[in-house]
Amino acid sequence: MRRFVLIAVPYLWLVALFLIPFVIVLKIALSDVALARPPYLPQLDITGGWDSIRTFFSELDFENFWFLTTDDLYWKAYLSSLQIALFSTTLTLLVGYPIAYGMARAAPEWRPTLLMLVILPFWTSFLIRVYAWMGILSNEGLLNQFLLWLGVINEPLTILNTNAAVYIGIVYTYLPFMILPIYSALERMDDSLLEAAEDLGCSRLSAFWLVTIPLSKNGIIAGCFLVFIPVIGEFVIPSLLGGSGTLMIGKVLWEEFFSNRDWPVASAVAVILLLILVIPIILFQRNEQKQREAEG
Amino acid sequence: MNQPVFATWNDPDAKPLIQFRNVTKRFGDFTAIDDLTQDIFEKEFFALLGPSGCGKTTMMRMLAGFDMPSEGQIFIAGQDMARIPPNKRAVNMMFQSYALFPHLSVWDNIAFGLKREGKDKEAINARVEEMLRLTRLSKFAKRKPHQISGGQRQRVALARSLAKAPKLLLLDEPLGALDKKLRQDTQFELMDIQEKTGTTFVIVTHDQEEAMTVASRVAVMDEGRIIQVATPAQIYEAPNSVYVADFIGDVNIISGRAKPTGEKVAIQWAEGQPDILGTTTTKFDAGQEIHFAIRPEKVAISTEEPLDAANKLQGKVLDIAYLGNISTYHVELPTGHVIKAQTANTRRLSRRQITWEDPVWISFTDTAGVLLER
Repeated sequence: MRRFVLIAVPYLWLVALFLIPFVIVLKIALSDVALARPPYLPQLDITGGWDSIRTFFSELDFENFWFLTTDDLYWKAYLSSLQIALFSTTLTLLVGYPIAYGMARAAPEWRPTLLMLVILPFWTSFLIRVYAWMGILSNEGLLNQFLLWLGVINEPLTILNTNAAVYIGIVYTYLPFMILPIYSALERMDDSLLEAAEDLGCSRLSAFWLVTIPLSKNGIIAGCFLVFIPVIGEFVIPSLLGGSGTLMIGKVLWEEFFSNRDWPVASAVAVILLLILVIPIILFQRNEQKQREAEG
Repeated sequence: MNQPVFATWNDPDAKPLIQFRNVTKRFGDFTAIDDLTQDIFEKEFFALLGPSGCGKTTMMRMLAGFDMPSEGQIFIAGQDMARIPPNKRAVNMMFQSYALFPHLSVWDNIAFGLKREGKDKEAINARVEEMLRLTRLSKFAKRKPHQISGGQRQRVALARSLAKAPKLLLLDEPLGALDKKLRQDTQFELMDIQEKTGTTFVIVTHDQEEAMTVASRVAVMDEGRIIQVATPAQIYEAPNSVYVADFIGDVNIISGRAKPTGEKVAIQWAEGQPDILGTTTTKFDAGQEIHFAIRPEKVAISTEEPLDAANKLQGKVLDIAYLGNISTYHVELPTGHVIKAQTANTRRLSRRQITWEDPVWISFTDTAGVLLER
């Protein structure tokens, strides 16, 4: 009985907070837009008995999903989101790995402080931090003024409202999610492994490639997923830092929902987005499990 | 038994493989190695023995190239090692933690160093198989390090460090993680492998029994200095100081004043007690402070007064430690000194004559102990 309760808790959690909301969104995606409140039809009316339930189901269709394929805006937005997420995940990895490496190799008494510094930005509101970047990156912003003062450039660079600003924002925001898992993988690593590699004829660099990187692989994968998955659906950063040219599915979703008030199409966009996200997660978990089984 | 005894260190023409020349190593204010000079010869099994913090690991890490001497030079095969990084030395090390690569199989761990040499596949395969056979690991080649036992991991570490056929193999507390029985078996295995491969082994250990078992020569270290270097038998039978006598095995130390009497030296050690007679080759001045060290197994214990012993003292049994094969008696003398005497239990326990509080005689010959200045 106690075991059953223990297992039931996460399942109830999943059902209440994932499955039920998902079913509701799916139902809206299968409905038609209407001038009503809520703005879609049909509505389920159980009081009407079997007949009304049957008519309710008969009125559901995949029209909205079909619609997504007719306008190239949607698949372009998905594709561009994937592209931005992929590129910014790579950037975050390139920036985050050396930081995590430096932290793991720092003197033990410094590590808690360094960890604190990585986590510290979370104590400020995310929105405020993105607005701060607007202040830094704008034409009259700190960065341009600094570069002008240095004499590196003669006229201000346009960074804000470009994809570059989006990448900066994403890398900045998601960096801790990359650093922490890599750090925890590297910190566990026994230093004598590197000495052993050197002892057996490796240079410092090849010891890094042959030992450090493989041993931090799980941290790298976890970090990449933690960045990649939320970035695909990212909405705030592209809409505040990006320009009209920045096409991301989160932004499209927001416009469908709030500007067009087309809840069914917005829901269809959300369902597809979810599928795009769930597939890599499943692949990742299967891979993890395989590894665990292999290591027995 | 006409086979020449292996003792290269006594041959004045022999060229040492390793030479420490006035090596000092400091870490900040701490001096780990203090002006140390020592030769180690080819095919030796050389043990560095000492308590933790005595500098033995530092010596080993300097040979491997992980630490550089602050002063002095280290030569390996005549070459100054000052500017040579670990990956360019014909020296391999077996780490205390084994440092096996957890992401690689046993086979790949052993092949790791060979692959770095850029040898062709055939040669690598052959060498890895040979190492697997030598360490009896062929069955486990495909396993990952965490899928095998501690003793097997230890053998993988050994195979990996031997794979490149180094001139010198360094072993850092190689058996520390094994339980006692396995450790004893492995000690003999190590000696066997050392003999088969003809590699020079330098082993670091704090376990005196281990050093005595495996090594051709033992260096007893303390506070960054080597106190004595000798064969295990010499170290045990003829320690050069109280420190060495005390560190290796069990010992009784009696301090007193020397009184040379012809061939022998008498030690005045307590009022109203007969002088202890000892034999020595070193010259002691009258009245000089002197320490008499004698191993418990060289002290005889009896209930009757022994007639022909050079030294005999009376006391009473304070404690008996029964160890199965032997018993150690702690005998308290009237002066308060406690002397340990050991006897082999050739009779069954029930027939033992001596028990607690019994008045007994302890005796030893005048050559049983050693006389030490310090």
